[in-house]
Amino acid sequence: MADTDGTTDPMVPRLARIARRRRDGPQVWTLEIEAEDSAGAGFAPGQFNMLTAFGVGEVPISLSGDPAEPDRLVHTIRAVGPVSTALTRLGPGETVGLRGPFGVGWPMAELAGHDVLIVAGGLGLAPLRPVLYRLLAERARYGKVVLLYGTRSPQEILFRRQIESWRRRLDIDIEVTVDHALGDWHGHVGVVTTLIPRASFDPAHTIALVCGPEVMMRFAIAALRDAGLPDTALFLSMERNMKCAVGLCGHCQIGPVFACRDGPVFRFDRLRNVLAVKEI
Amino acid sequence: METSGTVVITLEGLESLIGLLKRRGYRVIGPTVRDQAIIYDEIAALAELPRGWTDEQQGGLYRLVPRDDDAVFGYAVGPHSWKKFLHPPTELLWTAERTEKGLRVTPAPLPDERFAFIGVRGCDLHAIAIQDRVLTHGGKIDPHYRARREALFIVAVNCAVAGATCFCVSMQTGPKATGAYDLALTELGREEDHRFVVEAGSEAGRVVLAELPHRAATEKDIAEAEAVVSATAANMGRSMRSDDLHELLLRNLNHPRWDEVAARCLTCGNCTMVCPTCFCTTVEDATDLAGHRISRSQRWDSCFTMDFSFIHGGSVRASPRSRYRQWMTHKLATWQDQFGTMGCVGCGRCITWCPVGIDITEEVAAIRDSEQH
Ligand SMILES: Cc1cc2nc3c(=O)[nH]c(=O)nc-3n(C[C@H](O)[C@H](O)[C@H](O)COP(=O)(O)OP(=O)(O)OC[C@H]3O[C@@H](n4cnc5c(N)ncnc54)[C@H](O)[C@@H]3O)c2cc1C
Ligand code: SF4
Ligand code: FES
Repeated sequence: MADTDGTTDPMVPRLARIARRRRDGPQVWTLEIEAEDSAGAGFAPGQFNMLTAFGVGEVPISLSGDPAEPDRLVHTIRAVGPVSTALTRLGPGETVGLRGPFGVGWPMAELAGHDVLIVAGGLGLAPLRPVLYRLLAERARYGKVVLLYGTRSPQEILFRRQIESWRRRLDIDIEVTVDHALGDWHGHVGVVTTLIPRASFDPAHTIALVCGPEVMMRFAIAALRDAGLPDTALFLSMERNMKCAVGLCGHCQIGPVFACRDGPVFRFDRLRNVLAVKEI
Repeated sequence: METSGTVVITLEGLESLIGLLKRRGYRVIGPTVRDQAIIYDEIAALAELPRGWTDEQQGGLYRLVPRDDDAVFGYAVGPHSWKKFLHPPTELLWTAERTEKGLRVTPAPLPDERFAFIGVRGCDLHAIAIQDRVLTHGGKIDPHYRARREALFIVAVNCAVAGATCFCVSMQTGPKATGAYDLALTELGREEDHRFVVEAGSEAGRVVLAELPHRAATEKDIAEAEAVVSATAANMGRSMRSDDLHELLLRNLNHPRWDEVAARCLTCGNCTMVCPTCFCTTVEDATDLAGHRISRSQRWDSCFTMDFSFIHGGSVRASPRSRYRQWMTHKLATWQDQFGTMGCVGCGRCITWCPVGIDITEEVAAIRDSEQH
């Protein structure tokens, strides 16, 4: 894996083609891409790729698909700026640049035998969906599986049909909440952290996986600690500006670590001290 | 014929060294005077070295001054560092072409330039070693840097002059050149009996040295050379205790001193540009008007810019305080976690070239002193 022979430049993208494109909410599209040259080498839940919209730029995007299908590279992208917008406008057959997969993902091996509590905010569900695929595919290996998911409005719920079908299973608890809703919403209203005290899991045997905007993660961590989870059972995925994804450009530093190479997923106790400092 | 042991060459010997390296296909880079500073550039002959010049440095101040002798290396470091050549300000990464058949990406060719650096100081030798660790010893490497680095020939110089902003003794990087050099010179005499004591540090260095007119060094030559280095070590302009920096800074991330320094800092990024170890880069894409030809280049970036830490919604380090703190704690503390070395070599460039004269040694001292009460 580690390419130290220097013959391939880690900054040069491979080519990939858009195979499918589906709208997944306001400004959000899920793109399935296929690498031209190679069969998918597989990826670990929580890893990300660097995607290039040629002529515009390159950005980090999580893998949001099923890790059991390594040839289908699925990415769920919100159009927020030039590169993400250009990517979401590409149609089937069009070309993107692909580097990756990069980073350290969720602690899948450690989850076995535990209750798994997933707390996702907004697009933070995308890098957690591969975890859900894996957990549900090997359901017997885990204790309780709970997904707490918050979005701004009902219209912004990602992967809605899939969530509906997962909800019908009896072996996973799914609670969805929205910040604001009109009359036709019958679910929870309020931020996702308010669901934590109400959720049913055994804090002594639970591992929590958290992904969302940084403020939401801070509140979620506080609520999970209040619920009795130790810092060694909390994992979060960090978002930082990334230009190289391989530890060479310096952009993604969080104190002593590089989010691209040592993360993006970190066990909370590794970041506790630095995250206590503003603007680190 | 091979030379073992320490030898002495004259000014003519130094001239032959430059010629020999050129004939061997090296681009010879050395100190030379341009725009009232001593910078590093391609040189063809001894005459282009800053003979008879020295520099006066202080926080926010740099001035060339004539010497009263003919010394060739009688000054400290200037605004350039060798990273300008090994890890250049801009580097093409790849080009792509859109054709009828689709897109084709072509990696930028690896550089085939072979550099010979003349006059690398102890601090800068260590700075090169630090960039080696950052760019070629992690999981992934920068192949452009590595290609240039592997072809490099280094002629080091033991410092005879300590600049007023130098603190290499504190960082244990100088004034004697230690580490991966091919040849190391100590300048002696300067007026009468102007000569250089030369040690080879590699096989390539020994081979080159054998082809230069030289004589064996006497005990007197060696003693004089050692005296030069000790005198420089005794004259450091600055000092900074460095054994406790990691803990000191990481337990003071909320120290009020960061606000004081931020009130002066212009966040211009000069310090990161002149720093010989700062390695951060960003990428830029360019395309022709029709969108048929696309390229991506890497260029130096600075943690002092707002864009550096920008993520959707705003910069992680929006305040100047947090950006100065990032720079200094990275250099002196978290660099050690990341790469197992210090990120500062004590060259003093960041002090000299800061327009408002912010002094890293003074900032550290202020934080350390405040703890003592
Ligand atoms: C590990 C990781 C995984 C991510 N996964 C996803 C995902 O699955 N889906 C998704 O929609 N987004 C994801 N993002 C965020 C995504 O990378 C940004 O939305 C994107 O970079 C915005 O670029 P832009 O040019 O469209 O917008 P602008 O906001 O104009 O960005 C300008 C530049 O700033 C940087 N930048 C801006 N926002 C971010 C950001 N949030 N994170 C990192 N760099 C940023 C980029 O370098 C970008 O080129 C992820 C980010 C990281 C770090
Ligand atoms: S410390 Fe000085 S050189 Fe560095 S950014 Fe601030 S003003 Fe510029
Ligand atoms: S993204 Fe470049 S070092 Fe992490």
